[in-house]
Amino acid sequence: MTIALQAFNFTGFSAHGLEVWRGDRRVLPGVSVEATAGECVHVLGPNGSGKTTLLRAIAGLMTPEAGRVECNGRDTRADRDAWCAVFTYLAHNDGLKPELSVRENLAFETALRRELGSGDIGAALADLGIADCSERLAATLSAGQRRRAAFARVMLAGAALWILDEPYTHLDRDGSVIVSAIIGRHLSAGGAALIAAHQPPAIPGHRARSVELTA
Amino acid sequence: MTRTSLFAAALLVFRRDILLAQRHWGQVAQPLIFFAMVTTLFPLALSPELAELRRISAGILWVAALLASLLGLELLFRSDHADGTLDQILLSGQPLSLLALAKGMAHWMTCGLPLVLLSPVAATGLGVQFGALGTVMLSLALGTGILSALGAIGSALTLGLRRGSLLLSLLVLPLAMPSLIFGARAIDLAIHGDSPRGPLLLLAAMLVLAVTLAPPAVAAALRISAE
Repeated sequence: MTIALQAFNFTGFSAHGLEVWRGDRRVLPGVSVEATAGECVHVLGPNGSGKTTLLRAIAGLMTPEAGRVECNGRDTRADRDAWCAVFTYLAHNDGLKPELSVRENLAFETALRRELGSGDIGAALADLGIADCSERLAATLSAGQRRRAAFARVMLAGAALWILDEPYTHLDRDGSVIVSAIIGRHLSAGGAALIAAHQPPAIPGHRARSVELTA
Repeated sequence: MTRTSLFAAALLVFRRDILLAQRHWGQVAQPLIFFAMVTTLFPLALSPELAELRRISAGILWVAALLASLLGLELLFRSDHADGTLDQILLSGQPLSLLALAKGMAHWMTCGLPLVLLSPVAATGLGVQFGALGTVMLSLALGTGILSALGAIGSALTLGLRRGSLLLSLLVLPLAMPSLIFGARAIDLAIHGDSPRGPLLLLAAMLVLAVTLAPPAVAAALRISAE
C-alpha cells in the first residue's frame, strides 16, 4: 500500500551543525545532514558514534546545544506540531504495547496522527508478510515480527520523511528485502528516508547517500 | 489525508489507557487491596472499640487513600516510556498537555474511582455512621483527583530514573498535604454531625487548580524525561 504524499509539498529537510552534550561529554560534534524529496541518506558510524542521538535530535526528542533543523527552508522549532506531521520515527524499541494486539497498536498510533481508512492496517500488514499476526498480542510476536509490525506503523503514518533507526534489526533476509522495497516505493513517491544502519541499505532503484559519524 | 482532531486524539489516549487497565487487571487491583488492608490493620492494632476508631477514622481513610494512590502512579507513564510508545505519543503532533490530561483522567478512572467506591465499606468498618458516608466518598473523590494531577507531574519528572518511586513519593506527598488536611477535616465534621461544606469547597477549588495547571507541567516534564 502507498499513501499519497501530495498533501505535504515536502521538498527537503536539512540539519545544520547539530551538537548534543551529555553532561561534560560531547555525543554529537556538530553534524550536518540533509535529504531532499526522493532521496535516501544512510547514517553510518561505529557503536557509540551518536547515530541514535542524531536521529532523536532531528526528530525533536532531544534538544541540541547548537545547530538547527530546517524543513522546506523553515526552522522546525517555529512549529513543532507541523514538523511532527512531516516525519515519522522508528526507534530502537518498537513502540508496541505488549498487552494490545498488533491491530490495536497500529490503530492507536496511526489514528493519533491521521484518520485511518478501514483497510489500511490490513494492507500494510499484508505488504510486510504478517497479515496473520494482526489479531495477536504484540507480546506473543517474535522480535522480527515485532519489527515488521513497527515498520507497518511507519508506512501507515502517512509522513513524507521516514527517520529509521536500525530498521533491519531482527529481520530475516525476506523481511529486509520487503522493507527495502517499501522504502524504495516511498522514495519514488516523493518521500525521503534517513536511515541509521550498520549495513548500507540495498534499496532497489535508489542509491543511498552516506553520512559517516566518527566516535 | 485528514489530520486527527484534538478531541479525537485525547479520546483515543483515554480509551487506550482504559483498555490497557482492563488487560492487566491485577496491577490495577493492587492499590485497591492495599487500601483495604491498611484500613483493616488499624482496628486490629488499636482496639475494636467503634467509638475510638470513629475518632481517628478520617485520618486513617485519607492517609490510606493517599498511599494507595501513590502505588498506582507507577503505572501512569513508566510502561509507556519503557516500550517506546511514549516517544510515538510525543511525536504525534498533537498537543501534549491535552493528551496528558486524557491520560490523567483515565488513570483516575482506574485508580482513584475504585478507591472512592470502596471507601464506604472501609469507612463503615471504622465506625463511620451512615450519614457521613456521602462526605467520605465526596472528599476522597476530590482528593484522589488532586492526587492524580499532582502525581502525574511527579511521575513524569521521575521517568528517566531507575529507582524513581521513592523520589516520586518525596515529591508528591508534601504537595498533597493541604488536600489531606481539608479532606480529613471534612470527614471529621460530617462524623460529628456538622456541615462539611467549607473544607469540601476548598478541596474542590484545589482540584480545579491542580487539573488546570498540571497538564502543561506534565507535558514539559515528559519532554525533558524523553531525552
